[in-house]
Amino acid sequence: MIRLTVLLSLTVWLAAGAAGHAAGAPPSSEVARALADLTTDDADKREAAVTVIGQTRDPKWIQFLSGLRDGSVYARTRAGVTELVVGGSKATRGDQDVIDIAGAYDREPLGTVPLAELKEVPADRRLRLVIKPFLDADETKGQFADPDPGVRRGAAVKLGNQAAAGAAPVVEEALKKEGDRWVRHALAEALALIRLANGDGAQRAAAAQALGELHSESALPALQRLAADTAASATEREAAVHAIRGIQRWGLLTRTVETLFQGASLASILLLMALGLAVVFGLMGVINMAHGELMALGAYATYVVQNWFRAAWPAHFDSYFLVALPVSFVVAAAVGLVLERGVIRFLYGRPLETLLLTWGASLIIQQGLRLWFGAANVDVSSPSWLSGGVPVMVGLTLPYNRVFIIGLATVSVAAMYWLLFRTSAGLRIRAVTQNRAMSSCLGVRAGVVDATTFAFGAGLAGLAGCALTQIGNVGPSLGQNYIVDSFMVVVTGGVGKLAGTILASAGLGGLTKGVEPALGAVFGKVAILVAVILFLQRRPAGLFATRGRNAEA
Amino acid sequence: MPKREAVALGIAAVALTVVLPVCNLLPASSPLAVSNFTLNLFGKFLTYAILALGLDLLWGYAGVLSLGHGVFFGLGAYAMGMHLMLEIGSKSVYQSALPDFMVWNQVTALPLFWKPFHSGAFTLLAIVLVPGLFGLAFGYLAFRSRIRGVYFSIITQALALSAWLVFNRNEMNLGGTNGLADFKTAFGFPLNHVGTQRALYVVTAVTLVAAYLLCRWITLTRAGKVLVAIRDSETRVLFSGYSPAAYKLFVFVVSAVLAGVAGALYAPQVGIITPAKIGVLPSIEMVVWVAAGGRGTLYGAVLGAFGVNWIQSWLTTSYPDFWLLFLGGLFMGAVLFFPDGVVGALGRLTARARRLLTRTGEPGSPGDRPRVALDSSRARRPGVLDRASGAGPQLSQATLGVMRPPSSEQ
Repeated sequence: MIRLTVLLSLTVWLAAGAAGHAAGAPPSSEVARALADLTTDDADKREAAVTVIGQTRDPKWIQFLSGLRDGSVYARTRAGVTELVVGGSKATRGDQDVIDIAGAYDREPLGTVPLAELKEVPADRRLRLVIKPFLDADETKGQFADPDPGVRRGAAVKLGNQAAAGAAPVVEEALKKEGDRWVRHALAEALALIRLANGDGAQRAAAAQALGELHSESALPALQRLAADTAASATEREAAVHAIRGIQRWGLLTRTVETLFQGASLASILLLMALGLAVVFGLMGVINMAHGELMALGAYATYVVQNWFRAAWPAHFDSYFLVALPVSFVVAAAVGLVLERGVIRFLYGRPLETLLLTWGASLIIQQGLRLWFGAANVDVSSPSWLSGGVPVMVGLTLPYNRVFIIGLATVSVAAMYWLLFRTSAGLRIRAVTQNRAMSSCLGVRAGVVDATTFAFGAGLAGLAGCALTQIGNVGPSLGQNYIVDSFMVVVTGGVGKLAGTILASAGLGGLTKGVEPALGAVFGKVAILVAVILFLQRRPAGLFATRGRNAEA
Repeated sequence: MPKREAVALGIAAVALTVVLPVCNLLPASSPLAVSNFTLNLFGKFLTYAILALGLDLLWGYAGVLSLGHGVFFGLGAYAMGMHLMLEIGSKSVYQSALPDFMVWNQVTALPLFWKPFHSGAFTLLAIVLVPGLFGLAFGYLAFRSRIRGVYFSIITQALALSAWLVFNRNEMNLGGTNGLADFKTAFGFPLNHVGTQRALYVVTAVTLVAAYLLCRWITLTRAGKVLVAIRDSETRVLFSGYSPAAYKLFVFVVSAVLAGVAGALYAPQVGIITPAKIGVLPSIEMVVWVAAGGRGTLYGAVLGAFGVNWIQSWLTTSYPDFWLLFLGGLFMGAVLFFPDGVVGALGRLTARARRLLTRTGEPGSPGDRPRVALDSSRARRPGVLDRASGAGPQLSQATLGVMRPPSSEQ
């Protein structure tokens, strides 16, 4: 950057043909004094100097500070006068190192001088910390002009967290122009945080009150400090305490809503996985242990489609996911069909053997993926319309990818209901599920129903795998991480009724997220297992068991 | 026990408990010498075989497929491992009385549940009681509520996953992912000494023979007959006035104890026990030993445990990428083409050869039994109308004392 600036100004200079140089816009006396202070050894003076320079908010001075941070500002003494210059590219000429230098403010080139004539103005950690907010404020200025509200909001949150006094004018200015509700909220929060950290007593009390009204979770530490600060006035402390109480109440509410949402999100994932599994289990009594690997196949299909779009149509990269959804369904369904026609159909009526057989198939698919794509996780990037989130209330943003999965699960369930209860194919599936022999006698080709259902279940697994690429890692053992959970859903839900699967995934998803904060992920899982076993004490065949004479068939 | 089997068992027992260790004593130059490495490897396989016996009793005879036996194996191994860890004493790397990993995890005092494992007698008791009681509690809950078939398998698989997760946690004070390792002595004998390893091997071989006799005895009693009946039709057994749950619970506990004992013998011979032996994959691998060897025969399980692990130790060193492919293929092949395992396939082969030699072969001769039995189990499923013979479950034994391959109940 500096080099580019130097080059540009060099061009201008050559075009002007000026041999000498004027001193650019003369710095105000305040800045001139600050510049002089920078070369001293007094750390406090240097800090004050940076603040003075930064507060000019002149882009050229900000650029100078950036140079100072990067260690490219030098002092040179000519005829008893010390001036600051910005160094450019270095070179070795003969036996000495030389450097291109330029003016501190306007970057007009001052020629090439030996490095030995210059003294670097060091920027230690303390100084860099002072410089950073000014550079950030400058950077956030650009971000505040960004058309994406998410970027603007992020900038506001960042400034609020730094709470540097210098950033206040930038925030105020942005607040005046901002139209988006959530960005306005973030800006107001940032402003209050800055005032709370830097303002006087009255300002602090007002800021504390404002933060309470804004439900600002990130202000809690600062407010707690203020509430415990004996030097602060009673009004301030009272405002802080009041604000803390309000924020904590609000935090409880947001956390409850968030847990509910996370439970719903996990339930949707479980449901997506268990749907295919449950239909196949209900129909054929087959537990498909390769279901997880079919999911992994769907995920890898998504990965391949993504790479293909990246290579062939980079302009339409965002639409890859829409193509990947059906592709992953078809790929997994095709493999499922091969599996069913190839091996599983020989083993109907022997569920334990089928379980081992599909486990064997899962090992082969898994190792095949590992040999083909490598053992490491592959990178599937989200399309831009699935990254980010929708803010629903203060302190709670729902990520789009999770919302999408909930939507996908809902659509899948609706499609499943439609298929099972509104189409003739569904009628045949239900008939074979209820009584295979009778259906065969009545002319239903049970084998065809088995094959299509198995392929459909496998396709659902592929769809689930495609959706999982948006929230987790894609690797050869992707299926293993989720498969036992989805088995638990099927076992808890029982066979033959879709409602059982839906209820069980909602129950297990909600329960998992409910106990996780208290027990942690591992012991949460153990608790779920215990809960399922205890539940099966009351209902050994799950929520919705097949009753009557078919139960033992 | 059929005479043939008794003779075979006698020969195998002598070979394993006497001949092999004696060959190990021979100088390396002798053509019959068995290296320490081979003996140790055999010792490991023998522990697997003990576990496979229990699993065969449970699956092959009672028709209960457990996908969580790695947990019981792990419980026994950890019980033994804890005693061995405490035996190290302050000879460890950190020279603390605590096991190294506790020092590493900044545990200052020995956790309460570790303390009794200072005692060797308690440890031997725990090796039997911990897996046994855990199996009893788990099996009671599962069988009492009539969780069976694939439901039971899935619950046990979830058990394996949970146990694996729990044993991986550092706060369990069981060594976390690294498990227990670096044992120095076992009941006072130095483990790096050849003699100790040889003795451990002999103990393992004797235990295997004893376990075999125990399992065979169980199958020959009336209870054993009930187990087979449960496998073939649990509902009919229930209606005949037996309590299938009690029989299944009994055999489940026996197999859990055998698994625990196997684990306890495994730990000092291999020198390390980690949660990796407990998880879902190792647990289901144990099932494939039994499936590949031949279910419902006991000796098939032993052969399977030996054979599969032999192939594994060869493949994982020579072609590591292909081990999982092979294992998957073995699962599928064993289920599709050798439902009665290698033992059954060999039995069929010899029967066919004998028929060819004597030219008296006709369909339905004893050698063909297993295949007929397969078809009959298929026909019992309503709706599978082809080749329906109407043959019910058969409890007869084919030649060579081969049990019919079990058709698992739903």
